[in-house]
Amino acid sequence: MNKARKKSNGQAGKASAKAANKATDRITITIDGESIDTEPGRNLVQVANENGIFIPSLCYFEDIEPPLGTCRVCSCKIDGVAGPACTETVRDGMVVEAITDELTNARKAIVEMMFSEGNHFCPGCQKSGDCDLQHMGYEMGLTQSRFPHVFKDRLIDFNPSRMIMEHNRCIKCLRCVKEVFTDEGKAVFSFRHRGNETRVGIDYDEEAKLSDQQAIDAMHLCPTGAIIVRGELHARPFGVRRFDMESMQKKEPAEDLKIVLPKEKKTIATISLAGCFGCHMSLLDIDLKLIDLVEIVELNKSPLNDIKEFTKHCDIGLIEGGCCNAENVEVLREFRRKCDVLVAFGECAIWGGLPAMRNTIPLSECLEEAYLNCISSMDDEWAVPYHEDLPKILDKVYACSEIVDIDYFIPGCPPDANHIWKSILSLLSGQELSVLYSEFKYD
Amino acid sequence: MNNKKTPKSGSPKSDLILDRTELLAYFWKVQNTQGYIRSEDIVACSRALDISYIEVEGVVSFYHFFTRQPTGEFTIYLNRSIVSECKGYERVKEAFEMATGATMGGVDPSGQFGLFKTACIGLSDLEPAALINFFPFTNLNSLKVKEIVARLKQGASPADICDTVPDHIRSVPEEDKVMLMRDYDPGLAVAPLKEHSPESVIEEIKKSGLRGMGGAYFPAGLKWEFCRKEAANPKYIVCNADEGEPGTFKDRVLMNSIPGLLLEGMTVAGYAVGATEGIIYLRAEYSWMKDKLQHTIEHFRKMHLLGNDICGIEGFNFDIRMELGAGAYVCGEETALLNSLEGKRGEPRNKRFFPTQRGYLLQPTVVNNVETFCAAARIMQLGADHYLQTGTPASPGTKLLSVSGDCRLPGIYEIEWGTTVAEVLEKCDADRPHFIQVSGPSGECISMDEADRAIALDDLPCGGSFMIFNRQRDILEILRNYTNFFKHESCGLCTPCRAGNFIIEKKLDLFAAHLARQSDVEEVRSWGEIMKLTCRCGLGKTAPNALLTAQAKFPEYFESIVNQNPERLSKGFSLEDAVREYDRFSS
Ligand SMILES: Cc1cc2nc3c(=O)[nH]c(=O)nc-3n(C[C@H](O)[C@H](O)[C@H](O)COP(=O)(O)O)c2cc1C
Ligand code: SF4
Ligand code: FES
Repeated sequence: MNKARKKSNGQAGKASAKAANKATDRITITIDGESIDTEPGRNLVQVANENGIFIPSLCYFEDIEPPLGTCRVCSCKIDGVAGPACTETVRDGMVVEAITDELTNARKAIVEMMFSEGNHFCPGCQKSGDCDLQHMGYEMGLTQSRFPHVFKDRLIDFNPSRMIMEHNRCIKCLRCVKEVFTDEGKAVFSFRHRGNETRVGIDYDEEAKLSDQQAIDAMHLCPTGAIIVRGELHARPFGVRRFDMESMQKKEPAEDLKIVLPKEKKTIATISLAGCFGCHMSLLDIDLKLIDLVEIVELNKSPLNDIKEFTKHCDIGLIEGGCCNAENVEVLREFRRKCDVLVAFGECAIWGGLPAMRNTIPLSECLEEAYLNCISSMDDEWAVPYHEDLPKILDKVYACSEIVDIDYFIPGCPPDANHIWKSILSLLSGQELSVLYSEFKYD
Repeated sequence: MNNKKTPKSGSPKSDLILDRTELLAYFWKVQNTQGYIRSEDIVACSRALDISYIEVEGVVSFYHFFTRQPTGEFTIYLNRSIVSECKGYERVKEAFEMATGATMGGVDPSGQFGLFKTACIGLSDLEPAALINFFPFTNLNSLKVKEIVARLKQGASPADICDTVPDHIRSVPEEDKVMLMRDYDPGLAVAPLKEHSPESVIEEIKKSGLRGMGGAYFPAGLKWEFCRKEAANPKYIVCNADEGEPGTFKDRVLMNSIPGLLLEGMTVAGYAVGATEGIIYLRAEYSWMKDKLQHTIEHFRKMHLLGNDICGIEGFNFDIRMELGAGAYVCGEETALLNSLEGKRGEPRNKRFFPTQRGYLLQPTVVNNVETFCAAARIMQLGADHYLQTGTPASPGTKLLSVSGDCRLPGIYEIEWGTTVAEVLEKCDADRPHFIQVSGPSGECISMDEADRAIALDDLPCGGSFMIFNRQRDILEILRNYTNFFKHESCGLCTPCRAGNFIIEKKLDLFAAHLARQSDVEEVRSWGEIMKLTCRCGLGKTAPNALLTAQAKFPEYFESIVNQNPERLSKGFSLEDAVREYDRFSS
C-alpha cells in the first residue's frame, strides 16, 4: 500500500522490535487441544491457518498494524475469553478454542449478517471471484442467511474522478480508512455517521491526488467490490482471480455414491416463481442422470412436464424464485400444503436474488419509472396495469422463507447441476452426501 | 495520534489555529453561534489541522448534537427514553408539535423552533423532560409546553425560564454509614494528603476495596497503582461524566450538589499517580451544569486546592479542565471517551493496552467515574476503615441508585451495598412493581420473584440505574425502546453490534405486529447470544442483556404474545400489508 502512510502510533515499531529480539525462541501454543510449535510475536490467524486450522477472517490484512478487529469473523476463545484471533499475537502457553459448534456458528452468523446488511448481488459484481466476502461465504458453507435481508437504499457514488464507491457492498472493515493516504499523508477515506447508518466517506479532492496505481491498490485492498476504479471493470480476469482455485481447507473428495434408494417412487413437484428458469435449466444439466431421475421419482405439478395442478400430495417440492406478487405467494403456500418437504433452490428462492434489486427502491418509484415515465403503447395514455385478473405486485420481493417454512436450501445462481442432483438424492435416500467445493461454488 | 499537531504556519486561507484535541470545542462554538455546521466550517478546521475534509466530516457526523442543517433559534431535544415514554412522551411531543409548528425531527417553517428526539438526558426523576438550547425543562405536560412555547415566542430566553433541577436525595444510610451524601467542606479530602505519600494513598484506596462505580467495578486502587508504575510522563486523570446509561442521574446529582467533592477526588488521584492534569468529560446533556462546575474550579484555584503547591504540599501541582461531549452514549466507554477527547470519532479502541498504559494522547491515564472519585475523596476524609464498616464483606461501602419509573419518590438513594431490592422498592414507594431494570438497558431485568436479592457485587450488581415498571407497561415496548437506543448509539465499527441491533429491532417489530411464533423467540435469543460472544466492546456485548433476561424471567409473557398455533404456511408475513402500496398507487 501507500508508502506515505502515517504510522498511527508507536505500537507497530515496538511490537516488531520485540519480535525480532525473541526471534530465536520457540513457543508452544494450543489450538483445539493440538500443540503447535511456533515463533513468538506472530499473528494467531496466520499461525493457525499454516497449521491446517482454518480460522476465517475478513477485515484482517497482513500489512495493517495494529490489526483492525472490526468484522469479528475470526472470533475464537483465547485463554477462555471470547475475542478476535486477528488482533492476537501468539504467546507461550496460549490456549485457543477455534473450531467449536458455538464459535463456528457465531462466525457464520456474522458473515450472514454482512450479506443481510448490505446489498450483495454477486452475479453483477466486478469483484466476483476476487471478493473476500464471497470467498468466506463459500469456505464457511453458507447456504442462506438466517437474518432477514435489510435492503436499505445505499448510494453508488460516482463523484470521485477515478473511483466509484459502491456503498451497497461495503462491509465497514476499516481497511481503506486506515491504509489509503495521499503522498501528503492525508486520509482519503473515513467513516461517517454511526450505528447502522455508518458509511465510508470518500474525499473527492484527496482521491484525485492518488496516482493510478494507488487507486488500483485501493480497489484491491477492499475485501469486496465497494471500491471500483473506472475502466477496471473486472478487478482481475477469470482464471487469475484470487479465489478461482481450490478451497483453503483440506477436504476429502467425495466417494462415489452408493445409494440405497427407497422402494417406492417418490413424488416431486417443482415451480418457478419470481425466477428466470435458470435453476430449472441447471436441473436439466444433470444430463444422463435425468434418466436415473425418472427411474426413481415421479414428477407431479412442474413446468418440466407441464402438469398445471397438483394431482396428489407430494414428497418433495422444489421452489425456484422468490415472491414478487400475490400469485407467487398463493402458489408457494399451496406447495407448502401439498408437499412434505420444501426445498428452496437458487438465490432468488433463498433471499430474493436479482429480482430483489428493486427492494432498495420503493415500489411506487419502480412503477412510475416502468409505466409512467416511458413511451406508451397507448396513445398518450399512461397507466399502471391494474386488473382483477392480474396478480398484485408486492411491496418488495420476498424470500420464500419469509412466507412459509422452508426445509432445505440449495444455494447458487444457478446452483450447480451436481449440487442439485446430490441434494435430491440425499433427500430421497436419507443419506448424507458431501457436496464438493467446486460443486458448491457457482460463480 | 495525529503527527502534525501544530498547523503549518501560513497554511493557505486559514487563520484558525487549532489543536486536534480542540476539535469538539471548536465545533461546539460553531454549532452554538450558527445553529449548525456548514461545509465551510469543516474546510476551515481541516485546513487548520492539515487533515483531509472527510476525516473532519467523519468526526462531526458521529455526534448527535452536531448538525449540518439549521436546528432553529430554539432547539428542543425531547427525551425519548423509556421512562419518558411511560410518563407521557407521546402527548408532550404532540403538544410541542402543535405549539411550535415543527414536526418531530424538523424545524418549523419560520425557522424559529427545531424539535428533535434524543436519548436519556439524565433527568429520569423529572420526566417527561426536554432540553431547550440545552437548558432543562422538566415534568412536562401539554399545558406547560404551551406556556413555555408562548413565552419563548414573546422573547423570553430559555436560560431565564428553564426549571431548576432538584437533587431529590431521598434517602441515605443511617448516621455514620453515609459515605457520599454527607456534609461537605472544601479541602476535607485534599488536606489529609499532607500526611500521605502517593503510595500510601494508593494503599488506603486499595484497602478500602473501592471499585469503579461506572459499571465495570474494576478496583480503583489497583488502577491507580498501574498508572503510577508506568514510566511515561505526563499522566492524566480523566473523569467520566458521560453518564449515558438510560435511567442514571447519580453523577448529575453529585456534580450539582457537591461539585467540590469530585474535584478533590480527582486531585487525590492526581497526587497518587503523579499526574498534573485532570479532565472532566462532561456529557453535553449536562452543559447546564458547566458554569457551576467552572466556578467551583476557579474557587478551588483561589483556595489553593487546585493549581501549584496544593495545600502547601511542595511540588504538588494539579489542575482540572472541562471538555464537553456532543451526544454519544458510546463515549462513556473509556477508550471511546479518550478518542473523543482527542478530537476523533468516539469509537472504542482495540483492547491492546489499558488506558493506564496508553490513554489520553497515548499517555498513562486513569479514567474513573464521577462517583468513584467522590467515594475516593470520602475515603481520604474518613479513612478506609470507616468505609469498610459499611456494605458487605464482598462489596464494602455504599452506592448511589438513581430510582425512576413507577414509584412515588423517584430520586437518589444512597444505599449500603447489600440492601435488597424489596427495601429499595419500599423506600421509594413503588407502584405495583412488576418488571425492574437494574443497571439500565445494558444491565438485567428482574421480576418480583427476585425482590429479596441483595444489591451487591456478589449477587445483583447495580451501576446506578434502577427503573421500575408496573404491570401496565408492555414489556415488548420496553425492549423495543432499548433496542432502538442501541441501534442508534452503536459506534458502527463492528458487524455484530452495527447489524445485530438493527436486525433484532426488525424481529421485535414482528412481535409487535403479532406475527411472531415460538421459534422466533428462540431465534432472537440465539442472535443475542452471538452478539454477547462476538461484539467488540461493552456496548454490543451488553445490548442484548435486557432481551435475554426478560425472556428468561417472563417466559409466560412471551408465550402470550406469540402465535400459538402457527401453520407452516404463515410466517411473519401479511399479504394484505404487502400489496397495500400497489393498491394505493395503482387505483
Ligand atoms: C457502552 C459503554 C458505556 C459506558 N458509559 C459509561 C458512563 O456513562 N459513565 C461511566 O462512568 N462509565 C461508563 N462506562 C464504563 C467505562 O468504560 C469505564 O469502565 C469507567 O469509566 C471506569 O471508571 P470506574 O472504574 O470508576 O467505573 C461505559 C462502558 C461502556 C462499554
Ligand atoms: S460493540 Fe462494536 S459497533 Fe458496538 S459500540 Fe462497541 S465496537 Fe462499536
Ligand atoms: S478478521 Fe478478525 S475481526 Fe475481522
